[in-house]
Amino acid sequence: MSRWDAIVIGAGPAGIGGASLLAERGARVLLVDETPGPGGQIWRGIETVPESRAAILGPDYRAGAAEVARLRASGATLAFSTEAWRVEPDGTVWLRDAGGLRREAARHLLVATGAMERPVPLPGWTLPGVTTIGGLQILLKREGLLPRGPLALVGTGPLVYLYAAQCLTAGKRDLVLVDTARPGAMLAALPHLPRALLGHGPAYLAKGAGLLWQLRRAGIAVHTNARQIGIEPDGDGGLVLRFLGRGRHRLRLSRIGLHEGVIPETHLLRSLGCRMLWSAAAVAFHPARDRDLCSSLGHVHVAGDAGGVGGAMVALLEGRIAAMAILERLGHQVDPLLVSATRRARRAHLAARPLIERLYRPAPELLTPPDEVVACRCEEVRCGEIRASLAAGAAGPNQLKAFLRCGMGPCQGRICGPTLAQLTARIRGVTMEEAGWLTVRPPLRPVSVGEIAALASEEP
Amino acid sequence: MPFIRLDPPTPEAGPELFFEGRPLRFRPGETVAGALMAAGVTAFRETPVSGAARGPWCLMGACFDCLVSIDGQDNQRACMVAARAGMKVRRQIGARRDAAGAGK
Ligand SMILES: Cc1cc2nc3c(=O)[nH]c(=O)nc-3n(C[C@H](O)[C@H](O)[C@H](O)COP(=O)(O)OP(=O)(O)OC[C@H]3O[C@@H](n4cnc5c(N)ncnc54)[C@H](O)[C@@H]3O)c2cc1C
Repeated sequence: MSRWDAIVIGAGPAGIGGASLLAERGARVLLVDETPGPGGQIWRGIETVPESRAAILGPDYRAGAAEVARLRASGATLAFSTEAWRVEPDGTVWLRDAGGLRREAARHLLVATGAMERPVPLPGWTLPGVTTIGGLQILLKREGLLPRGPLALVGTGPLVYLYAAQCLTAGKRDLVLVDTARPGAMLAALPHLPRALLGHGPAYLAKGAGLLWQLRRAGIAVHTNARQIGIEPDGDGGLVLRFLGRGRHRLRLSRIGLHEGVIPETHLLRSLGCRMLWSAAAVAFHPARDRDLCSSLGHVHVAGDAGGVGGAMVALLEGRIAAMAILERLGHQVDPLLVSATRRARRAHLAARPLIERLYRPAPELLTPPDEVVACRCEEVRCGEIRASLAAGAAGPNQLKAFLRCGMGPCQGRICGPTLAQLTARIRGVTMEEAGWLTVRPPLRPVSVGEIAALASEEP
Repeated sequence: MPFIRLDPPTPEAGPELFFEGRPLRFRPGETVAGALMAAGVTAFRETPVSGAARGPWCLMGACFDCLVSIDGQDNQRACMVAARAGMKVRRQIGARRDAAGAGK
C-alpha cells in the first residue's frame, strides 16, 4: 500500500478547494466523501441536479459548478459513496464503500467534514414529521421534494430564511415562520455592524436583506419572539405547534422544521484527540487551529465549517490555505503572495460573521431545555434525568454517558452532546471547556463485525 | 401525499422498491428516506427503549433516527442509502442499540 501525500475527508467547498489545489501542484491526493458526488451541503448534487431545481436553489448553489469542474480537472483521486469510519493520527484512514472495508495511508490529513445543524431539543421534537430545516432543504436539493400542506419553520439563522425563500420560489405559499430570536438580538448585534461593512460584509448583508424582503413581499406570516414552544400529534397524522409570541398560538400543521444555526461537525476530530476550544460567540466547540489551519496534531489540518462555521466561500478559501501549508511541508514551493492574498480574501468573507453570529444566537433557554424534554434521541434520556445525575455528582458528559447511556446509542452523542455539555456547565457552575465533550471512539460509522473479520482475513 | 415532487413525472416503468412488502416507485438518485417520505411514510422505526415512532430528523447522516432494515440488515441509515430496484425495506422495530451500530 503506497502512501498518499494527503487524504482529504469531505468533498464540500473546503475539501474541493483543498484537493484541487494539492493535485494541481502535483501532490498525490485522495478525496473521500460518503455522499455520491462532490458538493457538500451547499452544492449537494450539483453535477446531477435538473435545471428546474437549480433555478429554485439560486445563484450561490450554481456557483459550485465551476469549483467542481476544477476539481474534476485537477487530477485528484476521487472516492464517493465512501465513508471514513476510522482515522488515526499517523495518517491511516479506514474506508468503507460498496466493495467493503479498506485502509489507506497519507502523510497529511485534511479534515473538511463540515457542519451539522445544532440540535433543538424541545417538547415534541422527536415526533415523526418534525425535522431540521436543513433536512427539508436536503430533500429539496437531493430529491426535489417540497412539503405539501401547512409548514412551520421554527427557529433562527440564515438557513431559515434561505429555505423559506426557496420554498416561495418553488411555489409554496402555505408557510409560516416562527422566529425564536430574542427582541434584543438586533441591538446586541449593532456593535458588530462597522466591521460587517468591511470586506465582503455588505454582500452578505444585502443577501440577507434580499431574502427578508422576498418573504415580506410574499406576505408570509412571521411570528416573532417565540418562546415556550411545544409540538404534539393532532391525531390524524398532523402536528400541533404551540408557542408564546404576541399572545398564545396554536397552529395545525402537516410538517414542522426546526433550526437554531449550524455547528462544526467535530466527531472525527474528537476521535483523533484534537484539542477543542469553546466559542461563546458561535455557541459551539471547534478545534484549535494555527494560522496554517493545522490542528493540535501536526499532520492534521482542518478547513471549512468543521473548524468553525464561516460559510461556503470561507470553506473554499480555507481548503486552499490548508493545501498551501501542506504543499510547503511536502517540499513544494508556494508563492507567499498567493498565501497572503488567500488569507486576506478569507478575512474579507468573515467580516459579517460576528454580526451574523450575534443576530442569530439561539436563546439561552433552548440550550438547556425543560426536564421532560428528550435530550438523547437514541436512548431517550430526558433533561430531568441528566439534571438529577449532575446534581448527584456526575462530573460531565462522559460520566453522564456511563450513568444514563445518553450518547451511547448509534449516533454516538452527535445529537445529545451539546445539551450534555450545556447542562453540565449550568448545573455544576463550570465553563463549557471544563464541562467538556463526549469522547469519541471509532467506528465513526456503523461497521459490522463480519466486515471487520473479512478485512482481517484479506490483510497479510 | 405529504410531499410534492418538483421534477417531471417518472415514466410508467420507473424502478420499485418494497416497503413492508408493498411496492413503491422511486426516482433514480433518490435515497431510501426520500423515496419513503415522498410516498407518505412518516414513521420509519420504533425505538428500542419506549417503542416510540420515529422518522428522519437531520437527513444528513448524523442523527441515526431514520434507521431501517434493508434486505435483512438492520440499522441502515435510510437517508444515506441510495434506493435500488427490488430492495426490501422494513420498519425497524426495536433492534440493537450499541454505539458501534454493528449489524449482524
Ligand atoms: C444541512 C445544511 C445545509 C446547508 N445549506 C446551505 C446552503 O444552502 N447555503 C449555504 O450558503 N450554506 C449552507 N450550509 C452551510 C454550509 O455548511 C457551508 O456553506 C458549506 O457547505 C461548508 O462547506 P464545508 O466544505 O466546510 O462542509 P460541507 O459542505 O458540510 O461538506 C462536508 C462533507 O464531508 C462529508 N463527510 C463528513 N464526514 C465524513 C466521513 N466520516 N466520511 C466521508 N465523508 C464525510 C460530508 O458528506 C460532506 O459532503 C448548510 C449547512 C448544513 C449543515
